[in-house]
Amino acid sequence: MRPVWCALVMALAVAGCAPGSADETLTVYAAASLTESFTTLADQFEADHPGVDVQVNFGGSSRLAQQIAEGAPADVFASADEAAMDVVARAGRLAGKPATFATNRLTIAVEPGNPMRVNGIADLARDALTVVMCAEQVPCGRAARHLIRDAGITVRPASEEPDVKSVLGKVRAGEADAGLVYVTDVLAENGTVDAVKVPEAAAVANRYPIATIADAVEPSLARDFEKFVLGDRGLRVFKAAGFGSEAGAGS
Amino acid sequence: MSGGESPGKEKHARAVGARVPVALWIPATLALALVTLPVIGLLLRTDFARLPALLTSEASLHALRLSLLTAAISTVLCVLLGVPLAIVLARSRVRGVRVLRAVVLLPLVLPPVVGGLALLYLLGRTGFLGYLIDVTTGVRVPFTTAAVVIAQTFVAMPFLVVSVEGAVRAAGDDFESVAATLGARPWTVFTRVTCPLLLPALASGVVLSFARALGEFGATITFAGSLQGVTRTLPLEVYAQAEADVDSAVALSLLLIVIAIAVIVLARPRAVEGVRG
Repeated sequence: MRPVWCALVMALAVAGCAPGSADETLTVYAAASLTESFTTLADQFEADHPGVDVQVNFGGSSRLAQQIAEGAPADVFASADEAAMDVVARAGRLAGKPATFATNRLTIAVEPGNPMRVNGIADLARDALTVVMCAEQVPCGRAARHLIRDAGITVRPASEEPDVKSVLGKVRAGEADAGLVYVTDVLAENGTVDAVKVPEAAAVANRYPIATIADAVEPSLARDFEKFVLGDRGLRVFKAAGFGSEAGAGS
Repeated sequence: MSGGESPGKEKHARAVGARVPVALWIPATLALALVTLPVIGLLLRTDFARLPALLTSEASLHALRLSLLTAAISTVLCVLLGVPLAIVLARSRVRGVRVLRAVVLLPLVLPPVVGGLALLYLLGRTGFLGYLIDVTTGVRVPFTTAAVVIAQTFVAMPFLVVSVEGAVRAAGDDFESVAATLGARPWTVFTRVTCPLLLPALASGVVLSFARALGEFGATITFAGSLQGVTRTLPLEVYAQAEADVDSAVALSLLLIVIAIAVIVLARPRAVEGVRG
């Protein structure tokens, strides 16, 4: 019996002192494709605001939007497209108008060295190629379908994943020959996958809106974070990560 | 499992059990609320007017058919492979069987998504077995309906093994010994004596494995992916729909609950018997 109690006490102790004793906690819901950039921005924001703990919940934008619409306790929402933000807006949970902070476009992620010689969007129609992409319910899936339709080809994906990071994971694990992901996802991988340029993707670039949520627990902190993301520091992080800016959308 | 209790004895047991301390009622009520209230929440959220349309959409029908098919195949595999394993685990005197038993229970306690990753790194294109299969036969397991069945069998098998193994132990080997001394061959003893003894436990094991296979999500999406008609079973369809069309996700959830209740109704008498035994 004793080891069990010890384990329990230790578990409680660990749980109790987990993320430190911050005075204020800002809860940010952000698209999966923002994982790297928003982690950096959250760290910078915390450094600027002592006593503030920024908790970022990354996931498929549509799922996050549904959760916020159902009353999830988010202070800020950053979505990978406007359709997901509209879900939150329609539920009446936005405190202000959403502002676009970045754009992103699709690319084809392949194994390093591109062994299957994928040269462009048209190659995705090849039967011998195992292609994965996002499900149509999420922003990267909406953009992918748009892109495929514009190219006038038929793609039979082996799997439709719930978010863009899952698509990337399937390519990285070697299970898929090609995956439609964002250019920023490939850049963040540091060489574990290669990208095939897709010029046509410029026409279906996603715009990333950010907004403060109505009845946020930390409304002023939420607005500060939104300004921070939209400001120069944010711009620099997004540019380094490979995002485009609204002015040069699609460039 | 011990159906041999006299009715009188049973009555006596009930009379004693009737005096439940009042203090237990409060947590018991809470526990019951925890189980039933979410279902009521789902029912309140259901759009009953659109229910038939939502359940008969192409995606829903595909998911339902795929789920029933894969869960049925997985259950058959669980029986074919799990019953012999249960008997070996219960009867074998070989050293190390105790360790084996712990290993067999692994999928029961492992998060399914971990099981899915493990399967992927065994049977995936870069996994050693997957690579071998790919090179020799040209078959790639991930992203196929077969991958769904493997994932479901992996997570559901322990339910059958535990159920049957317990019964084998409880039954002892007296009957088999007698049959053997009367000159029956091992296979005859197995089919004519062992199997009939195990039927109740086998039935409850089958129902539990089927239910587990039907509800499988984590291992499936990790190992098999998600594609309508091929690998997107009902739980995966619910997950996909919850992103966009909540009404549809709720309708499908309701369908899964109805199936679950049917499974419980089927299994209940056996389960109660199991608790008493």
